[in-house]
Amino acid sequence: MNGQRRPLLEVRNLEKHYVLNEGGLFRKKTVLRAVDGISFSVFPGETLGLVGESGCGKTTAGKCILRLIEPTAGSMEMEGEDITRASFARMREVRKKIQFIFQDPYSSLNPRMTVGQIVGEPFAIHGICSGVERRKRIERLVDRVGLSAESCGRYPHEFSGGQRQRIGIARALALNPKLVVCDEPVSALDVSIQSQVLNLMMELQRELGMAYLFISHGLAAVKHISKRVGVMYLGKIVELAETEALFSSPLHPYTEALLSAIPVPDPEIARERIILEGDVPSPVHPPSGCRFHNRCRYAMPVCRETEPEWKDAGGGHFVACHLR
Amino acid sequence: MKPLLEIENLVTTFDTEDGCVTALDGVSLSVGQGETVALVGESGCGKSVTSLSILRLVPSPPGKVEAGRILFEGEDLLAKSEPQMREIRGRDIAMIFQEPMTSLNPVFTCGSQLIEAIGQHQRLTAAQAKEKVLEMLRLVGIPLPDQRFDEYPHQMSGGMRQRVMIGMALCCAPKLLIADEPTTALDVTIQAQILDLLIKLKKKMGMAILLITHDMGVVAEMAERVVVMYAGKVIEEAPVRELFRAPAHPYTRGLLDSIPRLDVREDQLGTIPGNVPSLGSMPSGCRFHPRCPHACGLCAERVPELRETGGGRKVACWLGTPGMAVAGERSASR
Repeated sequence: MNGQRRPLLEVRNLEKHYVLNEGGLFRKKTVLRAVDGISFSVFPGETLGLVGESGCGKTTAGKCILRLIEPTAGSMEMEGEDITRASFARMREVRKKIQFIFQDPYSSLNPRMTVGQIVGEPFAIHGICSGVERRKRIERLVDRVGLSAESCGRYPHEFSGGQRQRIGIARALALNPKLVVCDEPVSALDVSIQSQVLNLMMELQRELGMAYLFISHGLAAVKHISKRVGVMYLGKIVELAETEALFSSPLHPYTEALLSAIPVPDPEIARERIILEGDVPSPVHPPSGCRFHNRCRYAMPVCRETEPEWKDAGGGHFVACHLR
Repeated sequence: MKPLLEIENLVTTFDTEDGCVTALDGVSLSVGQGETVALVGESGCGKSVTSLSILRLVPSPPGKVEAGRILFEGEDLLAKSEPQMREIRGRDIAMIFQEPMTSLNPVFTCGSQLIEAIGQHQRLTAAQAKEKVLEMLRLVGIPLPDQRFDEYPHQMSGGMRQRVMIGMALCCAPKLLIADEPTTALDVTIQAQILDLLIKLKKKMGMAILLITHDMGVVAEMAERVVVMYAGKVIEEAPVRELFRAPAHPYTRGLLDSIPRLDVREDQLGTIPGNVPSLGSMPSGCRFHPRCPHACGLCAERVPELRETGGGRKVACWLGTPGMAVAGERSASR
């Protein structure tokens, strides 16, 4: 798939385990496997969506990429450079190319800084431009995300959630990154504001050509913005495919159930909903074999014993399931 | 058929540091026997305040129900004394809240909290009460109810807690269930379980549901009739199919257009420009006019009344009224 193009970011077997207690003479060590061996790549200028329910490890994966959380194992390459064990100083340089947009537009902006200072902070950190030049660039950014230039002197509390998310986007774009990791950027917003922010993000991408890693539990938003989508369940990616293919013909039973669970805003459509039994198991004691087997309606004996392989089912549609 | 619940011109205000703000400004709606009505709108539109006003749970001060009537089976709830309200809450009208994490008491077991709820309204022996609670837990689909009875809320997942809350709300077989964003805090697959459960229980027990939500998908699946609120006012009311097929108010249309769909491919989402106005600084006339693509001079001047347009539909908009046509001509000739 995409053999001719080099990926911008390549993640291989990324793992993040949290040791809950070290164990001892009479106690077994307990480990929470938040992310348990995921691999994917993001190509220049594309949007890769990562969906899953709470606790599936999608946010942890996003933070590992920027090394905001140190991964336990695996490797990550940004433009061919291995950043898994890059030094702190080197990571600082790398973060010019990878930026982050956070979920909560309320807590991710420092309440004591003006919007101008917030958006200009990347310039200050990296010592890029100053004085009039910096102010001009800040004003251009603020204007680009649809806020007025006078906003620069105001504080975050004077803005609504959607406007704050625009400030977060302006800050992320300050250094012309090649990749923006967006962790639930619209989940905290009202629907009419969500669509404004999604449209803005897509416009900016067309104009500036950066790639997005779009992490969300909202499948509709992910479908709208992404070119390819990966579905996570309990620390693993269970399926990854082009958006159209994934939504029209999901191969993994979990994806199928997830898609059918979303209420369609159209009362004329009668659908059969697949109701999954029970809850997501704890990532401390994931089920043996395929992690989904205890909730899967097609489960076979083999699913309990062996973990399904991650394989290409054709046309770049990857899935980890014994059925396929 | 006489409606079970009828709200007429409800006005609820809150005293804030910036003066008195009107959270609900003349809200009227009704819920029939056994009917599911969805109350939709974005955050701050007053949908939760409406539900709290019905149960007289608006914190006072700062909140105050200033005017209006809330008729439940023909009796005005606003005229009831507090002891009378306690009788009604839970027995006739029950409520489930958005936050299954915080609406259960963390220091009591789930079983004891359910027994307390039943004990408020029914005289039962301890054994009878426990039997009833176990029956309720089974009804809401909790596996191993005997074991869950003695567990604390923190030992359960969000979906399980919401099931306990639903069990608690339904244990006295209320005539009206107010569900305030019952699935917003839950994952989609768990949301599907809970919606499914509510549909089943409604069929079985026949209560009416006032469903408060911002999710149009949930509305389409659950509701028979929809009431849309914007900035403290009801702006549209219609049977669910009609509303989705032909939304009459520009706000409803904008809201439906801005939802990304799984079943339709679109390149650009519709948007509603601007932001929801804050309660302290409401625009004059129609509160939606600064964001409305069809606004004209009249909209900024006069408040459109909620008027019937036939087929059980109501809309509060100058569009399509004689007044609007005149104003439109006037602005065109200028």
